[in-house]
Amino acid sequence: MDRALLEALNVERAARRAALVVTELGSGKQRLVRESEIEADPLAEALMKIIRSGKSGVVEGETGEVFVNAHLPPARIVAIGAVHISQALAPMAKIAGFDIEIIDPRTAFASPERFPDVTLHAEWPDVVLKERPFDPYTAVCVITHDPKIDDGPLIEALKTGCFYIGALGSRKTHARRVERLQAAGIPQSAIDRIEAPIGADIGAANPGEIAVAILASVIEAFRKRKMFAERRGETEAA
Amino acid sequence: MTETGFEHDVLKTAENWAGEGRSLALATVIETWGSAPRPTGSHLVIDADGNFEGSVSGGCVEGAVVSEAIDVIEAGEPKILEFGVADETAWRVGLSCGGRIRVYVEKVN
Repeated sequence: MDRALLEALNVERAARRAALVVTELGSGKQRLVRESEIEADPLAEALMKIIRSGKSGVVEGETGEVFVNAHLPPARIVAIGAVHISQALAPMAKIAGFDIEIIDPRTAFASPERFPDVTLHAEWPDVVLKERPFDPYTAVCVITHDPKIDDGPLIEALKTGCFYIGALGSRKTHARRVERLQAAGIPQSAIDRIEAPIGADIGAANPGEIAVAILASVIEAFRKRKMFAERRGETEAA
Repeated sequence: MTETGFEHDVLKTAENWAGEGRSLALATVIETWGSAPRPTGSHLVIDADGNFEGSVSGGCVEGAVVSEAIDVIEAGEPKILEFGVADETAWRVGLSCGGRIRVYVEKVN
């Protein structure tokens, strides 16, 4: 592998963009194919299939065997709300292998003392998202209970097509949320993507258990590769 | 780029080592059959002194891959290795899980 290729690949990975390394096993010839370059590649169809399945592998090219290594961004969880549930969710998410970030403009909640060793943003979500936007490899959990904080990133997550979107609140709270989203012009098909009440239905009764339920839902969405609209049963992204 | 879970970022390590002027090889799992311990695409980076980071099998065949990688660093030509219980070297470097893997080893230039 060329050092220049290695460095270019790491740039894509650091920016959370999907990229493929295509190696002709016979000749050792190698190329980097960025997400935006797939369509123009001679192996476009095979590359698309590999990126969608997330499974690297050997395919038959014009000159014989070709190994395609798919480098997809690691799944990350963004929790809106530095609440009790997030305190339990953060270490569990790390153990399960997810990057996790927490956003909450209320500095009393988003304090490093409450969240040691966690990427924490004590700012409004829209400010953070300008710098670090959501992407399809992001799971978004809105758990502040406060529409002023929750609704903005929720809409952003729906527009981005995040692979998991969950919102905390009772059915009553969610019904009011749905009304607000409809008033904001969000289509019903997008609204239906929100998991509410948040998390797998395991009867979770306290913050730690709710964190387990949320993580279970995120893992399910991730492993069933719902980062792609057609996998979610949608004809087009929200 | 942060680390994902407990897994070190092998490709970032490779870039850093190359930046230090070390000669390196990159080993990649390109095919697996049966219950292979590490998925296709997993990397192991090796320097000329046999230092390595990452894994291609969870420990079963890393020793053999490292010594082949040192040859690849010297010769400069990529190599494809195959490991499995059906392999005649199984007693030395077999996969205890019963799977088979194919590993591509290439020099980082």
